[in-house]
Amino acid sequence: MSTLRVPVDVSAWIGAYPFRELPHPDADVLVRVLDRERIGQAWVGSLPSVWHRDPEPANAWLYAQVAPHADVLLPSPTVRPDWPGWEELLDDAVGHGAPSVRLYPMQLGIGATSSALSSVVRACADRGLVVQLTVRFEDLRQRHPMDGVGDLTAAHIRACVRTDTRAYVIVSGAGRDLIEETHWSLTPSEQNRLFWDFAWVWGPPEDHLEHLFRTLGADRFVFGGYWPVRLIQAPLATFSLLPTFLPPVTISSAASISAAARAVATR
Amino acid sequence: MAPRHLIDPHAHFHWAGSRDDFARYNASRLRAGEAMGISYHVASILGTWGRTSPTYFASPADVTAGNDAMYAIALDQPSRVRAFVHVNPNHTGHALAEIARGVAGGAIGVKLSASRRADDPLVDPIAAEAGKRGLPVLHHVWQHRQREWGMQEASDAVELVRLATRHPDTNFILAHIGGGGDWAHTINVIRDVPNVYPDTSGSGVDRGMLDAYIDAIGPRRLLWAADLTLCTGLAKLQALEGIGLPDGALDDICWRNATRIFPPNSFPGL
Repeated sequence: MSTLRVPVDVSAWIGAYPFRELPHPDADVLVRVLDRERIGQAWVGSLPSVWHRDPEPANAWLYAQVAPHADVLLPSPTVRPDWPGWEELLDDAVGHGAPSVRLYPMQLGIGATSSALSSVVRACADRGLVVQLTVRFEDLRQRHPMDGVGDLTAAHIRACVRTDTRAYVIVSGAGRDLIEETHWSLTPSEQNRLFWDFAWVWGPPEDHLEHLFRTLGADRFVFGGYWPVRLIQAPLATFSLLPTFLPPVTISSAASISAAARAVATR
Repeated sequence: MAPRHLIDPHAHFHWAGSRDDFARYNASRLRAGEAMGISYHVASILGTWGRTSPTYFASPADVTAGNDAMYAIALDQPSRVRAFVHVNPNHTGHALAEIARGVAGGAIGVKLSASRRADDPLVDPIAAEAGKRGLPVLHHVWQHRQREWGMQEASDAVELVRLATRHPDTNFILAHIGGGGDWAHTINVIRDVPNVYPDTSGSGVDRGMLDAYIDAIGPRRLLWAADLTLCTGLAKLQALEGIGLPDGALDDICWRNATRIFPPNSFPGL
């Protein structure tokens, strides 16, 4: 089986999930899990902040939680671009060494054509912050009756990528359909600033990951483990089941994406 | 610690009547299964998988054709594939005849999808026949079905347990706790129903799911399985290996429980 060397997991969170109990969603446990799976580093968000009105307190908690593990855990705070003071959250993120911020337009009811979305993407580009979007936390069939939010749409992703030629975007939790719908609706230069994790892309026998590596290129992908919501082993297992007759596969480096975003920042 | 063997009691194949790239699909399953260490795939084909009648409401002709294709694959791969006989309970006579024909053709279990609610009286003759022949029934289940979903008459654990309670001498495999819906709801429903064995298959890989089932029902009623996504099956296998199960429990989940509920000598060498 193929082995994936993972320098960075871009799709990790800590903190409680409102709709079910998660075992030990804590920073120190995440550090041990990363060590067990030989993953060098994780970009970490605050899970409860996804549903908070004002994410600032949860971001402060996130910074405090990851600070003792600064060599392994990098904060990816949540930004709500329709809440007063959101630009200060971006400056806080830069000050805390965040490589990215996380936007949850579906949970906030922010449409793809919203000026709030385009404004925050431009502001992220100004500051060299990668924009992270999350398609889902649970399968649509499973969601709590109070979790009526739909999956992130291709229109939202396209809007983020097209807003600013300096915007770098990483999407977590997309399946093959959403990835293809979005990728093939962008110009090559837009495609080059958009990256996907493959935590929700299937391996054999449908072999969606193999198909996407062949058609989009493995360099469009980064590693995302979806801890603590899902088993971090899943994307590793999917990668390991790639056919051995494929040429050696190299996915993109999250650190390189962050460096590219910073290289074009203006502030 | 890896299990000594691995049986996937919830597998599927395709055939020329169901999709054009069936050979690639089937080869991919076998190749990945070999990489994962799967000793036996116990599999079914659901008619034409929607091509000429709906997947979950397969016509009698499609049921028969799909079963024939499944038996041919099992015959072609005797060292690693076993067959379920798939039936549609809306056609009782056909279903019972298919079971008899399936057993003669080597089938070792009965597959029910979502053609009729599990607690409907029409399912009783099938459950009784399976019990009489010592065949387990693999039943498609929507975990905590809170409404009707299109193109299927899905059942949840509550409905399957009603059937299982009426047929205590028949073993039922409750399909894919990771296959959609709320797996946490199912746990309490089946906890005290000894002839219902949940399988771990499905694309869902929620943290805490496997631990919760083992805590509730113990390792002797849980069946490792993959269904349509071998990748998530491998992830759950690796998670089980890391949980710290007591001696023998991993083997129970991964293959020994299957050898107990399928007919004797279904899996030579295990």
